[in-house]
Amino acid sequence: MTPTREEFYNALIERHGADNQKKFDSATVAICGLGGLGSNIAICLARAGVGKLILIDFDKVDVSNLHRQQYKADQVGRPKPDALSDNLNEINPYITIETHNTKVTEENVIELTKEADIVCEAFDKAENKAMLVNAILENAPEKYLVSSSGMAGFGSANLIKTKKISKRFFLSGDSVSDVNDGIGLISSRVMVCAAHEAHMALRIIMGEATV
Amino acid sequence: MVKINGEEYQYENKQLTAVLEELNYDKTRIAVEINEEIVPKVCYDATILKDGDTVEVVSFVGGG
Repeated sequence: MTPTREEFYNALIERHGADNQKKFDSATVAICGLGGLGSNIAICLARAGVGKLILIDFDKVDVSNLHRQQYKADQVGRPKPDALSDNLNEINPYITIETHNTKVTEENVIELTKEADIVCEAFDKAENKAMLVNAILENAPEKYLVSSSGMAGFGSANLIKTKKISKRFFLSGDSVSDVNDGIGLISSRVMVCAAHEAHMALRIIMGEATV
Repeated sequence: MVKINGEEYQYENKQLTAVLEELNYDKTRIAVEINEEIVPKVCYDATILKDGDTVEVVSFVGGG
């Protein structure tokens, strides 16, 4: 049986503390890209009870995604924002989810993320990561930005770290493991990086914007 | 002296674009901050590094 909203939040308060939970509940986080990073970030934040998630991706669930992304076999072919929204609602029915089935561009990124306190960059391609980071830092300097670079392959998970680049800009990953070097993306290592991004987002919401 | 990603270089009075090329950065995959301020891509050519500048070049690789 699904717990009531009150039961759900009492359980979260027990684990996070009432002050933190209040902050999580009133926060809005935009997740740009809903692949191995974004789908895992979203699940962490939904479980923590972050009040509103803005999910953005143009892509559909593919069979090749299932080894590391938080989708199910029967969701192949569905738009990722819709499929992920369903999965998040099953985990936490009491958060607000806004979905955008669209490609993030320099032109629309500021409008898409305008309500977010924190933007999580969770793209696959290096050029798209750079585009988003430049766009947010240049045009929305009041927002916190959590980005990532380098999580491919079977290298040690301990090499993945979060660095504070500047006051509101954080970068998770090992900085070097490029999927284009033919080393593939492994669920566990991508999840470590996603968890770094999600954890940084929670710390920022708590008021602990340090690494 | 100019500090780039923690290393010191004698790049004062040099154009940012020239420095990025010399260090083999791909301009489509980076974000550059000087003294914690983002440098818009359109300003790379006009930006001249100064003695004491701290430059952070975030270079992205693929995967996500």
